[in-house]
Formats: sequence, structure tokens, C-alpha cells
Amino acid sequence: MSLNELWFLLIAVLFVGFFFLEGFDFGVGMSTTILAKNDTERRVLINSIGPFWDANEVWLITAGGAMFAAFPHWYATLFSGFYTPLVFVLLALIGRGVAFEFRGKVASETWKKTWDIVIFIGSLLPPLLFGVVFACLIQGVPIGEDMNMNAGLFDVVNVYTLLGGITVVVLCLVHGLMFTTLRVLGDLQDRARAMAKKLLIPLAILMVGFTVMTYFNTDVFEVRGTILSIVAVVGVIVYLLAAFFISRKRDGWAFGMTGAIIAISFTSIFIGLFPRVMVSSISDAYSLTLTNAASGQYSLKVMSIIALTLLPFVLGYQIWSYFVFHKRVNAKDHLEY
Amino acid sequence: MDPVMLSRIQFASTTLFHFIFVPLSIGLALLIAIMETMYVVKGKEVYKKMAKFWGHLFLINFAVGVVTGILQEFQFGMNWSDYSRFVGDVFGAPLAVEALLAFFLESTFLGIWIFGWERLSKKLHLMCIWLVAFGTTMSAFWILVANSFMQRPVGFEINNGRAEMNDFLALITNGQVLLEFPHTILAAFMTGAFLVTGISAYKMLKRQDFEFFKKSFIVAIIVGLVSSIGVALVGHSQAQYLVKTQPMKMAASEALWDTSTDPAPWTVVATIDPEKKENGMTFKIPYLLSFLSYSKFSGEVVGMNQLQAEYEQKYGPGDYIPPVRTTFWSFRIMVASGSVLILLAMYGFYLVARKKLEQTNKWFMRIMVGAISLPFIANWAGWIMTEIGRQPWTVFGLFTTEDSISPNVSAGQILFSLISFSLAYTVLAIILVYLFVRVIKKGPNDSGSHIEESHDPFDKEGYHVS
Repeated sequence: MSLNELWFLLIAVLFVGFFFLEGFDFGVGMSTTILAKNDTERRVLINSIGPFWDANEVWLITAGGAMFAAFPHWYATLFSGFYTPLVFVLLALIGRGVAFEFRGKVASETWKKTWDIVIFIGSLLPPLLFGVVFACLIQGVPIGEDMNMNAGLFDVVNVYTLLGGITVVVLCLVHGLMFTTLRVLGDLQDRARAMAKKLLIPLAILMVGFTVMTYFNTDVFEVRGTILSIVAVVGVIVYLLAAFFISRKRDGWAFGMTGAIIAISFTSIFIGLFPRVMVSSISDAYSLTLTNAASGQYSLKVMSIIALTLLPFVLGYQIWSYFVFHKRVNAKDHLEY
Repeated sequence: MDPVMLSRIQFASTTLFHFIFVPLSIGLALLIAIMETMYVVKGKEVYKKMAKFWGHLFLINFAVGVVTGILQEFQFGMNWSDYSRFVGDVFGAPLAVEALLAFFLESTFLGIWIFGWERLSKKLHLMCIWLVAFGTTMSAFWILVANSFMQRPVGFEINNGRAEMNDFLALITNGQVLLEFPHTILAAFMTGAFLVTGISAYKMLKRQDFEFFKKSFIVAIIVGLVSSIGVALVGHSQAQYLVKTQPMKMAASEALWDTSTDPAPWTVVATIDPEKKENGMTFKIPYLLSFLSYSKFSGEVVGMNQLQAEYEQKYGPGDYIPPVRTTFWSFRIMVASGSVLILLAMYGFYLVARKKLEQTNKWFMRIMVGAISLPFIANWAGWIMTEIGRQPWTVFGLFTTEDSISPNVSAGQILFSLISFSLAYTVLAIILVYLFVRVIKKGPNDSGSHIEESHDPFDKEGYHVS
């Protein structure tokens, strides 16, 4: 495997990790409005992701940093090309992040309700827009000879990309609901599971619809037909397992499966892209690839050594953090932060 | 409007806004870690209370720092795509390392620290806040490695019109970063320290929780004294380094149009006319510029006109003189603020050492409250001088600001984002001040029991909704 391929893989892993992890806290963020019935329930939901959301977001920052370092042209074309959607993503992430911290600081109904709206929109917009952007990546965007992307509104927002966006939203919501079932007990837990179950059919329709449209709208099945077909079959099996575990109330397994659906979905996008990183709708020759978008070999080598040394530690203590809060130590103390 | 100007305004406003929170987070993390260490070592509850109380302010502040930080990373690609293409190879690496090494560390262990008071042993919990403090400090190092490359590019070669890294070690041992890092980090410690002394002074004036805030004041004034003196010492070395590596910035920060006499006098204040390239009224102290530049009382300093001629030879026709007024005054504002802070820290420390804090005069305490703002002013002024003084370059001598922007992003798009972000910052700033004031007013004894009842979803029994 060349260093370029290694970094493509690493960036794919970082994005998949981001959507797996931040996916459930986007979902929990949406459930604070959709699922919770009263203020206490909303507080519980927010606290259930309290220790994690910030570290989850770092996966995105790291993915961005890795992209910048390993494939500067990919980073430059993508971020400048999707300028306006990213402005909304940033505003949403800013609002959501501070809302978690600020919401509980003042005991006023209006104050809390305002932040609840911010949390809902802030958790809904990023998965929607990321879904749109990732759909665009494989559908192709107008990238010219100079590697710059000059997209009109309808290059970015169209039926296919919107379908991608909505699919990611529902996916995150189901994943978040399953996370909730692991974190709370009683009525709220039952309702979370019931809602996830109800969403399974719409989710299946969206996923199948998106896959079919992908077949007709993009070249990824031509390029990577065999492997993507296998992945699709695995996806169907995982989906059925998710449905099975949800109905059997095996929440841990079900959560694993909804996470797996997210992982498989985003992995397929990266498989479809390979060895390109962005598809040009103008000409194949203008597509950004692992070669023409990459940093020099020296840079990649240094970065590889650093990343491969650090990554085990990062994964280690992140897993430990989940372990610390997984162990349900009896604490009579209130959660305060 | 001009997209270059709009992009610059957006970058400046985002970065300055972000840099309210960054130094405060770094400084408070250290102070809280010291406080909690005292709790673990001495076993006195008051230190735990201190860590928790200042921790509240830290968290409010940290949240804003994180979310504005994402914007900070994204905007290189969004607004400065040609710059990103040019330097990504060199500049992206420290950014990626920063995320891997620092951001994961601080965010993960901060999460554990906030929610882990009852879940972890004392020592393990203490370790968490030290790791947060270490993470914030590391993050500063790596971003300054990237920034230092822009001031003094090293460890690269130009291939196909792009800067490609060829010596990572040179990048992280860049003389620029070896000075810029301690200067910035000490300034951050100072920022945290003066926030704590200022708030403590306010509460002592009000005679609320006097003992608690006296103890906080003592811890912070020591940190404040050491760091404010340290900042100045490193700053002196930086000036000498600047003469060697970026003489134009040095000359601009001194409004030195023509090469000075030997020995060079230091211009304290001046009326500057950048059109005519001359100064009106000036007030000078003899010998001082030579001392600042070379640590001795002789030696001339090259002026902007001479450097302009030299750069035209080297880089072709163009205007290589940065905005002189801004560079000149921001330098003076930084130095003046820093000097006042040193004096305040020394006097404050004297009061503590003489155990006179109890009966001290109210005026000093009031000044300390006002002094909360000074480190922020100094930080901003320092960065404005560093970055404005680098113009017209983004990477000194290699790549201009003009060439750096995204060619495919329109002025309208930038205007839209600039307005949205500015609105967001304004709202955030107002809320932040409001929340700070609330936490401070409530004091340490109230901050534990929250206004709202929180429920712990990690309880053994789990959470039941009845």
C-alpha cells in the first residue's frame, strides 16, 4: 500500500469514526425535541452525551487536519467549493456546542426553550448538509482544470443529494435513539426503542432509494461494482440484524448494528471514490485523485510515523473514557457542569 | 467589495474572537490543575472548591473556544484555498498533529474531569486536569509551529510551485517558534492569572467568601508574577530575533523610515504619515532601540525605505511596507499593557508576602478588577503586530496575501458569512459575559448545587421516568 493510499484510508477511517460517534450525538440532539416530553427528559438526554460530544467533534477536526496535511488540493477544493453549506454547518456546530454548556446555566423557561431549538437545529443541519456534500462527492461537481470547483446551487442541491442528506439524518436519529436506550431506563428507554423501530421502514426506503439513485446517477457501480455489491449485501444483512435486535430489545447489539449501517454507508462512498477523492462532472481528467491532490512523499512519511504512533493512545483513552462512564457507579450526586 | 479585504476581515475577526478564549483556557487549565494538586496534596476541601468554582468559568470559556476553533481550521480551505494549496504540505502537518495530539487529549479528559469527580480516585481525577492543561499547551505549540512557518519559512523546498516539506525537525525547531511559543504560552498563563486575581479582588472588595478568594488570589498572583515577567524577557529576545529575520516588521513597528543612526534611539510615540513616508512629531529615548535590537548600546537598525529597495531587487516591483501605523501602535499597546501588568503583579505579590492583603487599600483592588482586560488587550495587540507586520505576505518572502484567497468564492458569499459569523460572535460574547457575571455573583458556595436539578443517567439504578 502506498502512503497516499494509507492516508486516504486514514481519512476515511476518521470520517467514518466521526459519523459513527457524532452520529449518535446528533441523533440524541434531535431526540431532545422529538422524543423528550419534558424538561427533565431533555436534561437527561443532553447529559447522556455530555462527556462525549466534544471529543466526538474532534474526529471531524482531525479529519479536516489530515486532509489538509495529506491532500492539500482535496482540502482546498472541497472547503472552498462547498463554502456556503459549510458556513451553515459551522454556525450549527457553534450553536449546538455552546447550547449544551449554556442551557442549564439559567433557570428560565424561555432561556431553556431557546437553547432547545438551537440544539435541535444544530443537530439536524450538520448531518443533512454532510449527507448532501458526500452525495455530491460521488455524483461529481464542476471542478475545472485549475482544480477549483465552481458550483451553482443546483449542482449541490438536487434530488439525489437531498435524498442523501435526509438518509443521513434519519440514520443518525435511529443511531441516537439506540444510544439512548443504552443510557437510560424506564419509560424514556422504551419510547426511544419504539421510535427507532418505527423509523426502520422509512430508513430502509431511504437507503434503498439512495442506493438505486446512486446506481443511475453516479459511476461508482461501474468503477467498483463487485465490491460495492458485496458491501450492499452486507448492509442488508446488518440492517435486518438491527431490526431483529431492536425488536428483541437487545439494545447493545442493536446500537452496534445501527453504527455498522453508518460505517458501511460512508465506507461505500469512500470505496466508490477510490482512487479519486473528488469527481469532476466536467471531465474525468479534472477529477482530484490520490496522486494529483497529495502532499509530497516526505510529508506523508513523517505524518504516517506520527499518526501511527499516536493513534493507538488516542483510541485507548477514548475507549477508556467510555468505560469510565459505562460503569454505572452509584453516585447520589447530581450531575453538575 | 474586494474579496481579499473581506477575507482578511473575516480571518482577523474570527481569529481575534477565538483568541479571547484560547489564552484564557490555557491559563485557567494550569491554575485549576495547581488548585486541584493542592487539594490532593493538602487534602483541604477549600482547594477542591476552588478547582470547581474556577472550573465553571473554564468550561463556559472552553466551549466557545472549541466551536470557534473548528471555524478556525475550516477557514483556511474555505477562504484561503490557494494558500492552502501552496502550503498544505508543510502547514497542514502541524495542524493534523495538533488535532491528534492535543485536541483529542483535552476534549476527552475534560469530559472525564467534568463528569468524573465522583467516579474516579482523587489522583486519577487530578491526572485528568493535568492532561487537559498539557493538551491545551501542546495545542498552542503546534499551531504556533504552523504560524512560525508563515513568519519565517524553514524546512521546505519549492516543487511545482508548491512549498513541500523536506525537514520536519527544522520546522519544529524553527527559531521563530522557539521564541513565539514561550511568549504566547506565558501570556496565556498571565491571562488566566489576572482573570483570577481580578475576580478575587472584586469579591474581596465585596467581602464575600473572603478567605476563599484570598487563597485564589495568592495562587494566581504567583503565576501572574512569574508569567508576566517571563513574557517580557522572551519578548526582548523576540525583538532581537525579529531584527535578523523580519527586519521590515521591526522597522515598521518602530516607524523607522530610514536606517537609524548608530546608536539607535527608540521612538516612544510619533505621528506617522505613511503617504509621505515620514514622521511628524516624535519623542525618542537615545540608545534604547540599539539595546532592544542587539542587547547593547550600539548598532544601527535598517529602515523601511532601504528594505523596500532591497526587496524590490529581490522579489520584483511592489509595495513591501506593511501598514506602519497599526504595526507601530499595536507594539506600543502590547508593551505598555505588559509593563503595567508586571508592576501590578509585583505589588500584589508584595502585599501577599507581607500578609497585607486583608487591610489593603481599595484602590489597588479596584485596579486589579480593571486589569482583567489588560492581558486580552496585550494578546490582541501582539497578534495584530505580528500578522499585520507580515503583510503583504502570508508566507514571508514566498507567497502574498493577494494570491492566497479562494478564487472560486465570491465577495457576496464572504460578505454573507462575515455577517453571520459576526452576529454569532456578538451573541456569544454577550451571553458569555452574562454567564460569567452570574457565576461570579453566585460565588463558590452556590456553584455546586445547580439551579436546575440534574439527573445522572449513569446512576447504578439508571434513570427512571415515572
